[in-house]
Amino acid sequence: MEEMLKYLGIKSVDELFEDLPPEIKTDGLNLHEPKEEMEVEMEIKKILSKNKSFFDMPFFLPVIKPHYIPPAVDEIVSRQEFYTSYTPYQAEASQGILQAMFEYQSIIAELTGMDAANVSMYDSATALGEAALMAYRIKKKRKILIPRNIFWHKKKVLENYAKGAGLQIIEVDYGEDGRMKLNHEEKDVAAIYIENPNFFGIIDDRYKEIAEMRERLDALLIAGIDPLSLAIYNPPSCYNADIVIGEGYFGNPLNFGGPLLGIFACKKEYIRQMPGKIVGATVDKEDKRAFCMTLQTREQHIRRGKATSNICSNQALCCIAFLAYVALLGRNGLRRVAKKNMDNAKYMANKLQKIGFSLPFHKKFFNEFVVIGNINGKELNSRLSNKGVYGGLPIDEYVENGILFGVTEMHSREIINFAVEKIKEAMEEKL
Amino acid sequence: MAKYDEPLLNEIEEKEEEEFLEDVERKELNIPNLTEREVIKHFIHLSQMNYGVDTGFYPLGSCTMKYNLKLLERVVKNEKIAYVHPLLPEDAIQGCLEIMHKLEKMLCEITGMDAFSLQPCAGAHGEFTGMLIARAYFEEIGEGDARKEVIVPDSAHGTNPASAKMAGFDVVEIPSKNGRVDMEALRHALSNETAAFMLTNPNTLGIFEKDILEIAREVRKVGALLYYDGANLNAIMGKTTPGKMGFDIVHLNLHKTFGTPHGGGGPGAGPVGVKKHLEKFLPVPRVVKRDGKYCLDYDRPHSIGKVSHFYGNFAVLLKAYAYIMLKGKKLEEAAERAVLNSNYLMEKLRSIGYEVPFYNRRMHEFVLSLANLKKKGIKALDVAKRLLDYGFHPPTIYFPLIVEEAFMIEPTEDESKETLDKFADAMKKMLQEDVEILKEAPHNMPVKRVNEAMAARNAILTWKDMEK
Ligand SMILES: Cc1ncc(COP(=O)(O)O)c(C=O)c1O
Repeated sequence: MEEMLKYLGIKSVDELFEDLPPEIKTDGLNLHEPKEEMEVEMEIKKILSKNKSFFDMPFFLPVIKPHYIPPAVDEIVSRQEFYTSYTPYQAEASQGILQAMFEYQSIIAELTGMDAANVSMYDSATALGEAALMAYRIKKKRKILIPRNIFWHKKKVLENYAKGAGLQIIEVDYGEDGRMKLNHEEKDVAAIYIENPNFFGIIDDRYKEIAEMRERLDALLIAGIDPLSLAIYNPPSCYNADIVIGEGYFGNPLNFGGPLLGIFACKKEYIRQMPGKIVGATVDKEDKRAFCMTLQTREQHIRRGKATSNICSNQALCCIAFLAYVALLGRNGLRRVAKKNMDNAKYMANKLQKIGFSLPFHKKFFNEFVVIGNINGKELNSRLSNKGVYGGLPIDEYVENGILFGVTEMHSREIINFAVEKIKEAMEEKL
Repeated sequence: MAKYDEPLLNEIEEKEEEEFLEDVERKELNIPNLTEREVIKHFIHLSQMNYGVDTGFYPLGSCTMKYNLKLLERVVKNEKIAYVHPLLPEDAIQGCLEIMHKLEKMLCEITGMDAFSLQPCAGAHGEFTGMLIARAYFEEIGEGDARKEVIVPDSAHGTNPASAKMAGFDVVEIPSKNGRVDMEALRHALSNETAAFMLTNPNTLGIFEKDILEIAREVRKVGALLYYDGANLNAIMGKTTPGKMGFDIVHLNLHKTFGTPHGGGGPGAGPVGVKKHLEKFLPVPRVVKRDGKYCLDYDRPHSIGKVSHFYGNFAVLLKAYAYIMLKGKKLEEAAERAVLNSNYLMEKLRSIGYEVPFYNRRMHEFVLSLANLKKKGIKALDVAKRLLDYGFHPPTIYFPLIVEEAFMIEPTEDESKETLDKFADAMKKMLQEDVEILKEAPHNMPVKRVNEAMAARNAILTWKDMEK
């Protein structure tokens, strides 16, 4: 340090801060003394031990759910070359991650039936917001139809993304079977957003009718998907979706809700309206295959205020985890896990029916489903609180006493049996 | 870096038989079945064709590519967050809420703000959130329709105007003067239609805006808000705060200043801090402490609502928390060393003959102009590519836009004098090299110069496109 100061001809680093007016200078930071690594690690462990994980207390919460992550995924995303690098602006020094991103885009395209995908939005909620804005740019119309049954967080985020462009969000009701009414009439619609599976967990196979609604309203169709369900159910290209969004949880832990990975894919004709980073294949000077970021004239660093989105940093490493997960499971593994999710969910639903719950909606569901019982979901969860298990998400704003359960491959028969037994006990408890 | 002709995943030969599953509606799914052995080899090969901060010097201006302490990786590998659901009852998530609450408080101290939200997922997302807060504030005081404009300097990062636009504002760009805000232009642009002025200080040239108090006064005079882009906070930690400078709203990039890794593009975290009068507009839920217990408070009628699915990128927040726990008061030393490194390297490069427009003391970064080399037919891009051959990651190029052939260097506090000297040596050698060597560079990367124009023209974005 001394040498450097001498080189600059100054006595202390303070001289380098001379441009700061004296009125704004602070007298250091009012923080703790530096701590040792061990101390910090132990302190954090201690704080986090106050949490209850799935292994302390199995839960059946929906929207995002616990999934098993193969150890090789951790190994791959722990490579410093991936996790410490920046966005790959220098293609020649970033071929590894660029190829991985290209593979990620290819996998998303395979799963969704779309032609192109970007390298992530922050999460599925912001992906929906960006999809609405993209539909507005393409259709130049201002209304976005969404299902009335949608996770309220997602709706809140969409509302914020819609505000600047003055988009109008219109909720479309669902029928008695819990599926969106497809005969809704509306003028000036830029996009119809449909979820499949929907918020009640139902798989919607009314392909023809959905596609017809899109035609009739002359709107784009945005499909919200679960990537795992696409291993066994038909992709949204079957009902002519234009944009596909979803939560890309493959290989990514719950982490208390973040980081997540917003999947974003679309038809080829719309790629120049897409938000986010996109990787393309090309060649180097010697005609060897190479990869680089492309179509950058859509982006904020070039177009500034006229960019398709403000996004810069994204969730790239979560894309690598997603890709590694798919690569490790392969077609067979993905189908197996998807089947297992569906089977476990059915098993749980059957067991709950046996103790007095009923299924109010369409019976074709994937790994989430709604039940109604003669107990309120909040009350049930509070009675469960000292029984070592936690239930689903109460959705009284949609269905009185409705509870939305989420079940995955991690909910073994043993866990389900235990949970149902405890739920039965809780129901029989006298207040 | 290693070189492989690594096949795409779908080009690796499949060894596993197709498994037939009954009642599966979807028949076609073109995803290869590979063994773990093959998959690991594939990704290790890919990783070996990628340059990371651990590989070497990464002086990417504006991005604060610090060395990422390994403890930060360790603390997030914990079941007690990995398998914790955000919708669990408060009793089951006290640990996460405690971390968030404490982190918010520490960020308040570091920035001089009164309240923080950790919900935004990156810097740009924080800007968008900040702009929505500005909008809500003016709607609240009945000036929602009048305050249509957001002003940004021409040296601003692209996300600033893009975020303002996304929140529904018209963007007014003002020119800089001698590398700083042109006060005349600012005064001229400010009016009772201005909602906010967005500024980063030190600015993107690495120069401290000395007139910041006057800027704040002018902005306040017309009733507008002053927004701080925290991308450059690393330069001033412990020396001053955005709060003291008069900013109303700030966002931070935890993936820059607070040492959390960039993940090849993300995830980061972009918390937003505000002064007292704007606190009620922050996103919900807020983390609050009541009777010794941490709670998620949704009962905030003035809140802008939500900007991301749950509570932000928690795992990144936890890394930043660990970083601040380690450094404590001594965060100030990071700023000092970062500024020293930057000035040292700038003087070295100047002495070699590189041009520093708006020459002045710099903070944590500086910007060269390589316009002089154009006579020889060399572009900033060529120098950047040649640096790769010398084992360095190049600086940010062609930003900020106000410098011709910009070459933006941010050494960070973690690099030794020896590394800086070596970098300067390489920069010196390049001046003497044959022009063709630079124009043809890089020579020993896994691939030669990549044809980016062709990529944009052909738009081959998936392996399906490639087969066509
Ligand atoms: C000055 C400046 N502002 C804003 C941003 C945007 O931050 P992020 O990439 O986290 O969205 C950056 C990132 O490069 C930046 O350098």
